[in-house]
Amino acid sequence: MTYRLTVNGVAAEVEAPGMRRLLDVLREDLGLTGTKEGCGEGECGACSVLLDGAVVDACLVPLCQADGGAVETVEGLGMGGGLNALQAAFLETGGAQCGICTPGMLIAGEAFLASGAAPTEAAVREAIAGNLCRCTGYTKIIDAIVLAAERQAGQPESRA
Amino acid sequence: MPFEPPVESPASLTDAYRLLTDGGAAWRPVAGGTDLLVQITGELGPPPDRVLNIWGLDELRGINLEGDELVIGALTTYTELRTSALVGELVPALAAASATIGAAQIQNRGTIGGNLANASPAGDTLPIWLATDTRVVLGSAAGERSVPATEFFTGYRETARRDDELVLRVRVPLLPRRHVRFRKVGTRRAQAISKVVMALSWLTGADGAWYDTRLALGSVAATPVRARVTEAALDGNHPVAVSADAAVAALESEITPIDDVRSTAEYRKLVAGRVLHRLIREEGGW
Repeated sequence: MTYRLTVNGVAAEVEAPGMRRLLDVLREDLGLTGTKEGCGEGECGACSVLLDGAVVDACLVPLCQADGGAVETVEGLGMGGGLNALQAAFLETGGAQCGICTPGMLIAGEAFLASGAAPTEAAVREAIAGNLCRCTGYTKIIDAIVLAAERQAGQPESRA
Repeated sequence: MPFEPPVESPASLTDAYRLLTDGGAAWRPVAGGTDLLVQITGELGPPPDRVLNIWGLDELRGINLEGDELVIGALTTYTELRTSALVGELVPALAAASATIGAAQIQNRGTIGGNLANASPAGDTLPIWLATDTRVVLGSAAGERSVPATEFFTGYRETARRDDELVLRVRVPLLPRRHVRFRKVGTRRAQAISKVVMALSWLTGADGAWYDTRLALGSVAATPVRARVTEAALDGNHPVAVSADAAVAALESEITPIDDVRSTAEYRKLVAGRVLHRLIREEGGW
């Protein structure tokens, strides 16, 4: 069966079983290996992508449910050339160590920025509660998302 | 890659009903996939022969006030429950419960119909339906029928839903003087499967005492359960210390949780009593 979806703004046609995981479609069929597989059971968030703007675990979405949808992966974040604002903030604060959680953290962070919610530490912690990191202790990841949110809102940088 | 069973994606409820009665192998309906994909990838039991993708059936979406009932479509996600003005105003405990389920990734996909049909004893929304006298509406080519939530869970991961039926919606009766409270105990606030999950409801009488008390728990038995002995201990009483003590004693005698990977029977019994005691204390203001 052929499914049609938009991935990082580009139309894609995928010939694959409808129950193939979106994660496998991205990594195996489309060669977009930025999205990582951690647990494969919706616990770790390493495979987070945006599906029609909502953050989801790509390991839990069958291809047939992404049909006609718009998917954004970590590869889409810097497509204008260079880093986007959230990626730059991660670099500045040291929000990455081993890197396996980073694509998912960036996507969860993008969903938070898009929500327009005030970037309190509690709100950011809740926004990334579905993303596990075993290196950083989360503090610098939270700093990065707060920094990007404050810049987005044009507020003074209280924590940079 | 994990096993990929064949799937059909019907365009309408009528098409779905027709497929469900095509005489072939059993269908496994999939809503948001947050249980089924875990089961297939983790090889938890035999995979389904074939899957019926109902995610596209918009007939099963929506949250509406119909008379004195809140009617919630089976494909309503936890994110939709958290952000619904109607739920926030009329059944805030349901919004609170939804906020404790997984995290954003799960809340954006997990549905109330899936939570019901999957029938995990740890299902987080399930005690709410039991404590609010909610009815589950099932549909098939033969028509619709409505089952009280108290009769929906028939055994460990077994329900009253027939193989040719889908969960369509729930109907939550709204009573003006009814209060509903929800608590979940897990290893952490997000992403945790519950060790104990509890919903408590009551009507406050003109005298300030509690009537028609309902106490429902998850993760303490093979199905979500009502604790009817404890309810009887609370009925007609005010939320004072002596009532709370009696209710906790009743609850400890009534529930028989088990040891498993997430907790022990002893802990579950103790913490269920503590959580109930605290809920009553908060209402009594002492």
